[in-house]
This record gives sequence, structure tokens and C-alpha cells, in this order.
Amino acid sequence: MWIYEKKLQYPVKIKNKDVRMAKWIIEQYGGADGELAAALRYLTQRYTMPTGKSKALLTDIGTEELAHLEIIAAMVYQLMKDATIEEIKEAGLAEYYADHDKALFYVNAAGNPFTVTYIQAKGDPITDLYEDMAAEQKARSTYEWLINLTDDPCVKDPLRFLREREVVHFQRFGEALMDVYEYQNSKKFY
Amino acid sequence: MDRQRCELMRELQEVSFALVELNLFLDNNPTNQQALADYNMFARKYEELKKMYESLYGPLTNFGYAPSKYPWQWVNEPWPWE
Repeated sequence: MWIYEKKLQYPVKIKNKDVRMAKWIIEQYGGADGELAAALRYLTQRYTMPTGKSKALLTDIGTEELAHLEIIAAMVYQLMKDATIEEIKEAGLAEYYADHDKALFYVNAAGNPFTVTYIQAKGDPITDLYEDMAAEQKARSTYEWLINLTDDPCVKDPLRFLREREVVHFQRFGEALMDVYEYQNSKKFY
Repeated sequence: MDRQRCELMRELQEVSFALVELNLFLDNNPTNQQALADYNMFARKYEELKKMYESLYGPLTNFGYAPSKYPWQWVNEPWPWE
């Protein structure tokens, strides 16, 4: 069961439209290292985690990623909301507009639709946790490239928050990995 | 959204941020008493703020987690992305 809370995890208050930035930020909505991929990855890997602690961590980080997905959606929505057709064409978003108008859809910055081939669940908790740590670093890099693409402080601010969350998640997954190694070693008898 | 509402929302976001951080830390360190005490302190603070916000601006959660005045307030705008 999940409960929706009618609030953003971090405020998004963008004053100026910027269609090009919306087109790039959508990378973190439906891209390979985006928030949807992250949420789906952790929320499906959790079923085969070996300990209560690792099941809890994947449930909770997976849930937080859904909150990040909503932050990204709010950013894209606000950047696009008042855009004219001319601005959409200039930003190279006419193809997107032809299919979706200004609706939010799970694509990456190049327009490729989301696919679950971006993620894995191997049933081996060590393998899965290494993938999760790599995923957090890849998402952190993407946030850094996105921050480089804008001068607008209202856009940079939530992107910086999201980048920091990737760092924290990486650390928590690293601790969980060590704990799972320890757990597996404690089950071996010589 | 008026200023008072924005400020109260900001406070909720700050307290819930502390709670998320402590929650993830406790997942890995369930016997850390200091973290647990902090978590419980912030949880009480969050409950207070949530009740105050909801009495002024309507429910933050649905499915029975908060009561609603008449008419059903869950449908009220703005939504978080607006």
C-alpha cells in the first residue's frame, strides 16, 4: 500500500519558462538513469533482499524516488506551461508536442520512450546493491550536467537538492552492501 | 498560495526532510538510540505541523489518513506541481 501526500518533497517555484531546459530535464523523468528507473528498480528488487534492513532500505529509497519523480514532473510542467508553439518549435520539441501536447510522458531528452531494459533485478542481493550504487552515481552525474545547462537559480536549486539525494542514497546502499556481506558470511559454517 | 501557507508548507518540508534522512539511516542502524530519539522527536513535530496545516488548508493525505470538512476538500487546488 502507498499513501500519497499532497506536497512536494522539495519546493519547485519556477518563474521563467524555458522549453529547452524542460526538454533536457525530462531525461530524469523517463531516461535510463532517471527517477522512474530508480523507483521501479528498487521497488522490484526489494522482494528478494535477504534481511529486514535491506528490504526496508529499498522500500524507503524506492518510495523517495517516486517523490523525486514528482519534483522532476513539476519542473518540466512549470518550464513548459506558458510556452508558445513558436517556442516549442524553436526548442526542438515539436515532435514531442505532436504526440503529447504539454502532457508529461516518460521519455528521455532525445525523445526515446522509457523501457524496463534500463534496469535489472538479479535475485542476488550483492549484484543488485552494486547496480543500485552505480545507478545513484549515474543519476548524480546527470544532475551535474543538467545544472551546467542552466543559469536560472529557480531551476538549479531543486536540481542541486536532487543531486545531493543521489549522494546520500549511494552511501546508504554502500552500508547495506557491507551489511549483506556480513550477513552472508555469518551464515557460512566451516 | 498565500505567504502563510507557503511558510507552513516549507516547515513541513524541512521536518519531513529530517525524517527521511533519519529513516534511511535507521534502516541500516536500527539500534542507534540517538537517531531513534531524534526520529521520534521529529515525528511528533511533523504530526503537529500536519494537523495545523490540514485544519487551515485541507488534508495532506487521503484514504482515511486525515478527516475532511464539507465539501470533500481533497479535490481543492492547487496541486503540488502547480
